[in-house]
Amino acid sequence: MNQRPDLDSAHIAATEPPTAAAAIAAPAVVVPAAPPKQTSVFAHARYVIAENPVTGIAFGLFVLIALCAIFGPWIAPYDPLASDTLAALQGPSAKHWFGTDQLGRDILSRVMVAARLDMAIAVFSVALVFALGGLSGTAAGFFGGWTDRIVGRIADTIMAFPLFVLAMGIVAALGNTVTNIVIATAIINYPLYARVARAEANVRRDAGFVQAARLSGNGEFRILLTQILPNIMPIMVVQMSLTMGYAILNAAGLSFIGLGVRPPTPEWGIMVAEGAGFIVSGEWWIAFFPGAALMLAVFCFNLLGDGLRDIVDPQRRT
Amino acid sequence: MLRQIGKRLVTTIPSIIGVIIVTFLLTRVLPGDPAAYFAGPAATPQAIEEVRKSLGLDKSLPEQFVRYVTELSRGDFGRSLTSGQPVRSDIAARLPASAELTLVGLIVSMLIAVPLGIAAAVKQGSLVDHICRMVATAGVSLPVFFTGLLLVYFFYYILGWSPAPLGRLDVFYSAPPHVTGFYLIDSLIAGEFETFRASAAQLILPAATLAIFSLAPITRMTRASMLAVMSSDFVRTARASGLTPRTVIVTYAFRNAMLPVITTLGMVFSFLLGANVLVEKVFAWPGIGSYAIEALIASDFAPVQGFVLVMAIMYVALNLLIDMLYGVIDPRVRLEG
Amino acid sequence: MTTTLLDVQDLTVEFMTRRGIVKAVQHVNVTVAKGETVGIVGESGSGKSVTSYAVMRILDRAGKIADGMITFSGLDVRDAPEKEMRDLRGREMSMIFQSPRTALNPIRKVGRQIEDVLLQHVQAQPSDAKEKAIEALKRVRIARPEERYHAYPFELSGGMCQRVVIALALACQPQLLIADEPTTGLDVTTQKAVMDLVVELTRERGMSTILITHDLGLAAAYCDKVVVMEKGRVVETAAAATIFRDPQHGYTRKLMRATPRLGVTLRELLPEDAPAPLAPAPMQEESADKTPLLVVSNLVKEYPRQDATSTLATFFRKKDQLPQAETFKAVDGISFEIKRGESVGLVGESGCGKSTTSMMVMRLLDPTSGIVTFDGEDIGSIPAREFAKSPMRKRIQMVFQDPTESLNPRFTAVRAIADPILRMSDIKGWAAVRARCEELATQVGLPLELLDRFPHQLSGGQKARVGIARAIALSPELVILDEPTAALDVSVQAVVLNLLEDLKHSLGMSYLFVSHDLNVVRLLCDRVIVMRSGKIVEEGSAEGVMDSPKSDYTKELLAAIPHPPL
Repeated sequence: MNQRPDLDSAHIAATEPPTAAAAIAAPAVVVPAAPPKQTSVFAHARYVIAENPVTGIAFGLFVLIALCAIFGPWIAPYDPLASDTLAALQGPSAKHWFGTDQLGRDILSRVMVAARLDMAIAVFSVALVFALGGLSGTAAGFFGGWTDRIVGRIADTIMAFPLFVLAMGIVAALGNTVTNIVIATAIINYPLYARVARAEANVRRDAGFVQAARLSGNGEFRILLTQILPNIMPIMVVQMSLTMGYAILNAAGLSFIGLGVRPPTPEWGIMVAEGAGFIVSGEWWIAFFPGAALMLAVFCFNLLGDGLRDIVDPQRRT
Repeated sequence: MLRQIGKRLVTTIPSIIGVIIVTFLLTRVLPGDPAAYFAGPAATPQAIEEVRKSLGLDKSLPEQFVRYVTELSRGDFGRSLTSGQPVRSDIAARLPASAELTLVGLIVSMLIAVPLGIAAAVKQGSLVDHICRMVATAGVSLPVFFTGLLLVYFFYYILGWSPAPLGRLDVFYSAPPHVTGFYLIDSLIAGEFETFRASAAQLILPAATLAIFSLAPITRMTRASMLAVMSSDFVRTARASGLTPRTVIVTYAFRNAMLPVITTLGMVFSFLLGANVLVEKVFAWPGIGSYAIEALIASDFAPVQGFVLVMAIMYVALNLLIDMLYGVIDPRVRLEG
Repeated sequence: MTTTLLDVQDLTVEFMTRRGIVKAVQHVNVTVAKGETVGIVGESGSGKSVTSYAVMRILDRAGKIADGMITFSGLDVRDAPEKEMRDLRGREMSMIFQSPRTALNPIRKVGRQIEDVLLQHVQAQPSDAKEKAIEALKRVRIARPEERYHAYPFELSGGMCQRVVIALALACQPQLLIADEPTTGLDVTTQKAVMDLVVELTRERGMSTILITHDLGLAAAYCDKVVVMEKGRVVETAAAATIFRDPQHGYTRKLMRATPRLGVTLRELLPEDAPAPLAPAPMQEESADKTPLLVVSNLVKEYPRQDATSTLATFFRKKDQLPQAETFKAVDGISFEIKRGESVGLVGESGCGKSTTSMMVMRLLDPTSGIVTFDGEDIGSIPAREFAKSPMRKRIQMVFQDPTESLNPRFTAVRAIADPILRMSDIKGWAAVRARCEELATQVGLPLELLDRFPHQLSGGQKARVGIARAIALSPELVILDEPTAALDVSVQAVVLNLLEDLKHSLGMSYLFVSHDLNVVRLLCDRVIVMRSGKIVEEGSAEGVMDSPKSDYTKELLAAIPHPPL
């Protein structure tokens, strides 16, 4: 039970016409009311960012990473594939900000260009799982019956595996390519999306406004599209942002153990793998910078997801 | 009580069936020739043919499936090309290493994460709360293999406190007599304290890596759950009845708050089993994760298949245990079933 | 001379919120004498609960007592150290809340929970704690207390849970009991049982009680003194007998008038200074057609019992092969009629099947068997899933109970009202549709500038009007009203009920009014049907059933309504 005074009702009540009866008896006389502050999504978003500067930082990071992803090859100082054995294994310096690896390649350039591949993998797998999982989950939650049972079985079967292990198995079976990383990541995230979508659709299935829509002559499919999906979207978008981070980690992990991405392609995970062997001899920069980039990217998406969640549904704040 | 266990076991059957079917499909619907995968990269065409026959790949799919299941029920997971041993004995030999590492990591993690989450919820807005939230957000973002490497760099290379990340025991020591396969326990049983100290020293960094990895989701869930419970109606009643804060937190809030945390453990295990593979690679830990990776590199497919299957079955069993633990605490679930 | 037990002077409580400091209560004065029962009455946002939370010092973290004094039995509650307050809570002053089931720890036996309180306040030793707990359960008239000691809250009914909560509160025989909306949400018969129990136990021991409620009738029936609060301030304090006879403050008079009770008409619920209604809106011609609009015959709705059938079983067996005990009849063969222009009330307690019946008549739910005829046509046989496309759909509409839940949070008010128009009418083009929506808004008294707002920007009463506008958009012939005012404050309820009555006359609609509130039904309905356990128990004109009920059950229901002293 909420002890706090219901703020919204307090200042909304101020607009209730002082004698409501006046409005019934004399329809022409409508008592003008002072409108309270209208909060649009933008105003609310600005308010949340102002209150929580970390979300602003996350957004800034996101822009930085996106820029690297889009313009990477053009703004990188060196060719990420160009090796220069004379300059091998040099620590960070003015010439090579992030140092060079065992083949003399500039690590900064490789890190920047790798953003493109990692982001692409993340974006495609999240888009794929959102389409498959989100839609099937919504249908399962709304229609119930066999749709629900089938979707549930598929999700349960996937969930029976430790997810990373299943991804390993899928990439190993289908072949060592980047496309298969995308497919594997989408598959292992399917149960989560399907579950969230299903739960949200189920809660709203017989909600008052859905019943009212039926009364207004809306058929079941139209209700799914116009009433249910728009109400679920915000939650799904939050989920997508959080999964982006997980997808990047997953792809990097698979590359780290040699699945999917092959050298000399620059990708954060495989770069850490290449640099792992040099840690024990002290050449930390080869593994450190790609790893730090990974961390920042995932961190940024998690913060964005949290910030989005605050904008969308303030009651679920952590 | 036995009936309850029996009923729960029955509910795992569809999962196990699903797992078996999926692992079967993973190998049989490969693009390319499964026989070539199992024969290995260096096989001659005749060798591949032989493998094909011995695997029964010339028969129809349903027949192959029946054969696959029969072999599994006999414990036959195939044979590893690289070790020449049956996959089953390889896995059995290497499983304790992974189990020891994962268990120690998880226990350490829970010992830190749960009290941290509770303290953060009880003292909202305090320093502890901020630390908890930072740990939760940052921890989720750290790639586990990166954490491992950082720990190695600092504690081995820079500080020299840890031994080289070269497996379970330094070359100078030999393993204690096998009782459980857990070096920590076995060395204590045998009274070999030096061995104990040495294996513990090797274990610290990889276990810490896993602990850091699982710290975040557990503490985040504990904090959120505690917060929700602390603002619930029955805690309000408890406070209004004048019960001490200690009673309120421990007897009323904590037990209820643990329920979602226990459910989260299932998910944490899923992540841990995956992270295990990565940590084993970083620290050259001779567990089943590195077994699978080595096999992958050598295109030796039978161990990989066996690894996926064993991990999945272990995971199903773990989830069953978690369900039962949940039932012990929550009478609503217990009495309905 | 009676001694004062609790003395609240000039109390002001503030809350820190995202939008700044909010004063929840200001300059509140309340005194409770020993043995006295005081009622604090107010609508939502009046601050009545906050006041009692301040007395017990269990305010939220964000709340604090900014000003004023609270003295309990000579002790300064405001500045007392927390340890002392803990001793007071449960032992000298205790509280019972709304929703009894959630007020109990769901995974702890109820007997143990009572023991915890006894042991905390040293009213029992570990050796005799169980015995004393069982005794406490006996005192609140729980049958088989030794068995119930071991029960978990989810195994008990709502009424029993409330008894356990009362047992918890009275276990240490406190001097003051604060009851915060203890009967809201309970059936009217359970409500009476609970209130009678509370009154009996407190009077027995000379306990003082504070009863917090929004129901004036309840307060006046059970309290010695009534305190009326509005928007955080006390507007009037008087003895229960005088407050009804001779209310002084304008707000109290408004509340008094708005409370549905015996001997008043709908119009009399409105505030006295409401402008007299214009000449009654032109009524539709009395329909020459005397055939009933809605005929329901032998309507049955059966549900399979939850534990009985597994998925596999339902797949392989036919429904009529299921053993009888495995189905539950929510509606068990009822028949009734509604004539054109008539308003019929369907009353009963929770679980009687009235909502299920209304859902079937609405065609949102398929009956298991039985016939539903509307204007001569059999609509019961059209499956619910396809009814949306039928031309009959627009002739039967509904106003929902919870105005918040029945509006799509992403639709503006005008879009919500426009939905049936867009789907089922001939009006084309947004401009024309919008014009029609504005017409409807005016008809229901919704200010036009609110049309572009979202539901979370509207008050409860405004949302209710949007729901009504949507329901009448296509001039339906039958409107089903499912507890349309249950979630509204009593003053808003008065206005909405009058609106519904006026609309009925001006549009010539028939109503099926589903409610558990007999007073409201009497005001709005021509005929009343009483349901219990899926069957019709009594039927007749509203006055007939209310003034001279024939069935025992109806008599019981009527007797349970708290009557203010006239």
